[in-house]
Amino acid sequence: MNRLRWAVADGWTVTQRDLLHWVRQPAPVVVGLLMPIMMVLMFGFLFGGAISVPGGGDYREFLLPGMFAMTVAFGVEGTMLAVTTDASRGITDRFRSMPMAPSAVVVGRSGADMLNSVLALLVMVACGLLVGWRWHGSAGAALTAFVLLLLLRFALLWVGIYLGLVFANPGAVMAVQILVWPIGFLSNVFVAPETMPGWLGTIASWNPLSSTVTATRELFGNPGWGGGSWIAQHAMLMAVLWPLVILAVFFPLSVRAFRRMSR
Amino acid sequence: MAVVAEGLRKQYGDKMALDGFDLTVAEGTVCGLLGPNGAGKTTAVRILATLLRPDGGRARVAGLDLGTDAAAVRARIGLVGQQTAVDEVLSGWQNLVMFGRLHHLGAARARARAAELLDRFGLAEAGRKPVKQYSGGMRRRLDLAAGMILAPAVLYLDEPTTGLDPRARNEVWSAVRALVAEGTTVLLTTQYLDEADQLAGQISVIDHGRVIAEGTPEQLKSRIGGDQLELVLHEESDLPAAAEVVRRVSGAAAEVDRDGRRVSAPVRDRVAALTEVVRALAERGVPVQDIALRRPTLDEVFLELTGSGVAA
Repeated sequence: MNRLRWAVADGWTVTQRDLLHWVRQPAPVVVGLLMPIMMVLMFGFLFGGAISVPGGGDYREFLLPGMFAMTVAFGVEGTMLAVTTDASRGITDRFRSMPMAPSAVVVGRSGADMLNSVLALLVMVACGLLVGWRWHGSAGAALTAFVLLLLLRFALLWVGIYLGLVFANPGAVMAVQILVWPIGFLSNVFVAPETMPGWLGTIASWNPLSSTVTATRELFGNPGWGGGSWIAQHAMLMAVLWPLVILAVFFPLSVRAFRRMSR
Repeated sequence: MAVVAEGLRKQYGDKMALDGFDLTVAEGTVCGLLGPNGAGKTTAVRILATLLRPDGGRARVAGLDLGTDAAAVRARIGLVGQQTAVDEVLSGWQNLVMFGRLHHLGAARARARAAELLDRFGLAEAGRKPVKQYSGGMRRRLDLAAGMILAPAVLYLDEPTTGLDPRARNEVWSAVRALVAEGTTVLLTTQYLDEADQLAGQISVIDHGRVIAEGTPEQLKSRIGGDQLELVLHEESDLPAAAEVVRRVSGAAAEVDRDGRRVSAPVRDRVAALTEVVRALAERGVPVQDIALRRPTLDEVFLELTGSGVAA
């Protein structure tokens, strides 16, 4: 019991370190928040006119749930970068040589990144409200949508931790930063998978991002693509299942990668 | 004994990083671990600091077994690695408070300890500034402070002054001396022989993953024979004659450095050899600019023992 208490306390101490970063050096956090805002403005006003939404709805109404999910997906880079930086600067080793709970290194990281994502989502909601996005369902449904987004973020967090532990060099971080884009775009965030070539559309609809986006669109009462495929029909189920699958794969992988540091 | 390692082995692929590494460090002493790059110094320190598990062998640190009591060992050691492992964005004070809390000191005690350590490492004034603004020496001192949160029984310093200017090196050296004066045992790896000479009472020379020589710096130096007779001439043309004289007196081949107009050779009988060389040179009318006897440097010891330079 005592060990669990220290694991939580130490994890919180490491999380606080990141919160202090926000205060002392807010620029990277602000830039990180500006990016999805810029994308909302870019797609909402620049390209939005050229894309028609099923049922004749407003494109920005349609766009925002996708942008929430993109914000969540882009968090992977931040996680990976932070893990890699600490490992390459010897800070992870210092933590590991101290009498703290070893889990705190990753627990602290996930705590900080989850808080960061909550903040990012709040900013995106504010931005959405400004450009005309609204939720039309109940408050409970809207809240469920945010929980689904954060669930996906939590699952992707462990992808970031794993990649950060395994590829401990800045070049790999750059590769992931580039790869996140096609993975983000190869989904139903901007266009309907039905409009893509068959195989590409299938990949796009099975992208975990797509399930969360479809589910949140439904929950917010925003227009969506619909689509008759099994995966599109079971978005709500998959929006829970996908993150759990990702977690089931990457949590043990991360634990193993962390243990392998002593090999 | 503060550190006892017996037959430590660690293999990476085909390479044996440690191959039967034995080391004993007495409490309250400074042991210098000296060796060329890739000799296994850092691997040894990382194993003794619980960061790596050895493939074989045993070790006890502060009386605790590394294999079964790693968590307890961590409460008794401090590690200052090759890089300055402190948070650049936070202030020195914030760093130390964080490390204090992670040593389970509690908020109030962590703050008190942070203030105490900043003061003692001469960082009190810079304590509130972000570490980014610190000089290399200041960072290293903060790093040392972070390795000393609980006043460790054993402090590992892995190349603590690599990349520092001479002034910063001196700062770090005096900080280390102050720690040792209070009874901390230090295991220091370095590739600077003068650093080992300055700080360590005992030196273990490591090559290919095992200790190949041990002793005090003086013992190691006398291992490669006596003193070195060194003379510098005015004229390069006199070099062959001088080399001949030195060779006859010392009985060993003289080393001739043309550019420095320098001749040197090991001699056993210090004063007699010096007198004889001076007399013989005067007889032949060879003018001498400088003549001296000096103890061998650890560099020469090293070259002799490993057949390669340290910073190879």
